[in-house]
Amino acid sequence: MKKRIADALFYFRVYVFAPQTAWAIDDAKRISKNETMTAPAIETQNLSKQYPHGFLHLKKKTSLQGLTMQVQSGEVFGFLGPNGAGKSTTIKLLMGIIFPTAGTAQILGKPVSDVSMHRDIGYLPEQPYFYDYLTAAEVLDYFGRFHGFSAAERGERVQKVLKTVALETAGKIQLRKYSKGMLQRVGLAQAILHDPKLVILDEPMSGLDPVGRREVRDIILELKNAGKTILFSTHILSDAETLCDRVGVIAGGKLRGVGAPGSIVGVQATGMEIVFELAESAVNAQQILAKATRSGMNFRISVIEGELYAALGELRAAGAKIISVTQIKPTLEDYFLELVGQDRAQAAAIEVSGK
Amino acid sequence: MSRILIVARNTFREAVRDRVLYNLVFFALLMIACAVLVGQISMDIESVVMVSLGLSAISLIGLLIAIFTGVGMVSKEIDKRTLHAVLAKPLHRWEFLLGKFSGLVLTLTVNTAAMAAGLFLAMLFVKHAIVGSDTVVLVAIYFILLKLSLVVALAMLFSCFTSPLLAILFTGGLYLAGLFLAELRNLQTTQLNPQTQKFLAFLSYLLPNFGNYDVMGAAAHGRSIPASLILHNTLYTILYCAMVLSVAALVFSRKDLK
Amino acid sequence: MPAKSAAWALLLVLPVGFAGVWRLQRHVNIEREAMHQEQDEVLVRSPRLMKMMTLEYSPLIADIYWTRAVQYYGGKRLGQDTNLESLWPLLDVATTLDPNLLPAYRFGATFLGEPEPRGAGRPDLAVKLLERGMQANPDAWRLNQDLGNIYYLELKDFPKAGQAYLDGSKKPGAASWMKIMAARFLEKGDSREIASLLWAEVLESSNDQTIKENARINLELLKSDEDIDQLNEITVRFSRKVGRPPRSIREMIQAGFIGGEPQDPAGHPYVIGADGTAAISEKSPLFKEKSVYRKPL
Repeated sequence: MKKRIADALFYFRVYVFAPQTAWAIDDAKRISKNETMTAPAIETQNLSKQYPHGFLHLKKKTSLQGLTMQVQSGEVFGFLGPNGAGKSTTIKLLMGIIFPTAGTAQILGKPVSDVSMHRDIGYLPEQPYFYDYLTAAEVLDYFGRFHGFSAAERGERVQKVLKTVALETAGKIQLRKYSKGMLQRVGLAQAILHDPKLVILDEPMSGLDPVGRREVRDIILELKNAGKTILFSTHILSDAETLCDRVGVIAGGKLRGVGAPGSIVGVQATGMEIVFELAESAVNAQQILAKATRSGMNFRISVIEGELYAALGELRAAGAKIISVTQIKPTLEDYFLELVGQDRAQAAAIEVSGK
Repeated sequence: MSRILIVARNTFREAVRDRVLYNLVFFALLMIACAVLVGQISMDIESVVMVSLGLSAISLIGLLIAIFTGVGMVSKEIDKRTLHAVLAKPLHRWEFLLGKFSGLVLTLTVNTAAMAAGLFLAMLFVKHAIVGSDTVVLVAIYFILLKLSLVVALAMLFSCFTSPLLAILFTGGLYLAGLFLAELRNLQTTQLNPQTQKFLAFLSYLLPNFGNYDVMGAAAHGRSIPASLILHNTLYTILYCAMVLSVAALVFSRKDLK
Repeated sequence: MPAKSAAWALLLVLPVGFAGVWRLQRHVNIEREAMHQEQDEVLVRSPRLMKMMTLEYSPLIADIYWTRAVQYYGGKRLGQDTNLESLWPLLDVATTLDPNLLPAYRFGATFLGEPEPRGAGRPDLAVKLLERGMQANPDAWRLNQDLGNIYYLELKDFPKAGQAYLDGSKKPGAASWMKIMAARFLEKGDSREIASLLWAEVLESSNDQTIKENARINLELLKSDEDIDQLNEITVRFSRKVGRPPRSIREMIQAGFIGGEPQDPAGHPYVIGADGTAAISEKSPLFKEKSVYRKPL
């Protein structure tokens, strides 16, 4: 027990990016894995990307600045951030679709410029689109050819993967007739066709209905269980919370923080919320209700943890009926919105000041 | 090498499903219809007229396909991001580019061959026989193909670093310039001062000289074309295409895609 | 980012490539030159067919044929090739597709009409062309002028020349000398003076450089003919007096028969030839022109 606390304290480091938020880094399990380690699946050092901008291409727009991070083998890593934050930019830099203006990156130990390592990567681009006149089976077959499978093996894999993404009936229809969701699934299919060690997905959930998203989530979990490393970007926080071992939050081109989704939002719960029913005519009702907010037929009141029982007692004394008591945790969303809000304010300030 | 073929095969398949079949049939029928018409009008020179008209039409249609598809191929892939998934494969960008080039050249070959078949049918219809000297028309068609390959290479080069519209204009412009310069070298108008003449002569060597491929006169009159010309034109095309494609590959390999 | 070495390698390879292209181009040029034949110049010679095929683009195609005709002529002159048999078909098609293409008629009049080697030597075709032009452009009195010139200078048919000028003088905007010249034709017949006047008028009024140049040379040759005739009169007097033909112009000057060195229109002094008659100096540019323009057939 003592060691545990010591460990916890040891690994408890606070990154202060915003005054009221504390971050915890990886939990002990991950750190000890680190020590016996295989190289990280993805590693970047000071990765940056600037675009020429403006009328004569004189100004520079920074879409990614000094990204240094690692994705460990076997984990599911989520890239979170608002639109335009730099998530896609990072992924494209990793995949060699665009080239960095500074910094370096390695995938599976090899520099990103080495295309041979693409053999072990599966990639789903954002808004995938494929050749209109081919069928799904043909597109997958085409992609499969690059991996040197025999014709028979290719056929098998294609069928298998079509089944996995629930497209086996649509396999012979030309892609121009596909809906966005179906295209997304074809994209996912080609990413996992060759059984890669690392799967990189750029906004895999976009364009999917809840059923589709559930399926993708299941696929991701399946892949994880098979020992694959998965990196995906999304701005849907709930997906990140449920799927990821770790998340990295990017906003305004900078990495704001990395850590497990639970730990990101703080170690401590900040309080308890009580939902209750109370007749307004009851004794002391006005006093209590003054502190509460109405919520439909009920009222809600937030108290810090220590005062929970006192509050409950007060309510019982007033004859209130307790509906529920829940822990308030700041969610990823809160943190997120705060970050974005800060960013926007900063950007606005910069615009106004003209720098 | 095989990766290039994979891309080439796919490009061909995509093109086949897209356009080729339609204009093949259409053009072939058009040719035969024209043949009948021509036969009615000019008495003694149907063959000459038909061959020159036929070759012009094949060249024009081929050119349109070469320019528009050549530019569109790369631009479309970048624009629609079909490219992204392919580049995630263990494939170099230059291999991709060469594959696209080969695929389109293959498409053009099939296209041109079908139109040539239409032409020969029309010739048969009008002359009621095909003689040995008509094989010259085949050489003329081969030259058209060489020309189209070079145009495709140029189209791909331009589409790698400018917008599709500009690429089309540049490629078309360069083609016209190539034709014009070839004419101009023969002309050497005295109205231009010697420096300009020299400069134009220099340009006519530097820029792709599309006049090299024009053997319509010989083909129309059934005169044989010297084998050395065939050889030299082939080598010229191969060499020039290689240079253009190398530059294109280089540009493409460093280009930030969308 | 792919290695920069690829860029450097390319930078080295490209010049080599271009050198290869250059050499191949040379070969190709030679081979194509050898392959080219006169009949290739105009492949579709049927004006009717072209008219039908080009529909509303006829004037555009006419321009192309017309431009081609000019280039063709220029190329032939430059290459000193006297075979101008494709000139007529080119102009024929051009003027059928666009009957209002006045420059084509005028060009054709000159260069179809002029005798070989500087023209096609087909004044009959020139007449045909002009008649078509006059029919389509009834107010173009200049075509009458050209027609008259053909009849006078090439066909030596003075009545017809006079008639052409007379008809032209009646058209709106015609120059006043049209009527006068008509009379002169009939009056004087073949006259170097009149021919000079005709060429002078063409030289002044034409906008086409090639036609102007042609007129200028004709004019200079006519002048030099006149000069040589005058000089020869003097050489005859010389030989009568001295007993033998003069050997040089200087001799004639020294003997007091001529005041100074007479110069040809190109600015070079005349010489006395071996046979004792005056001639244009070989060093004069006019000499070369004369050999082209007056090549004995």
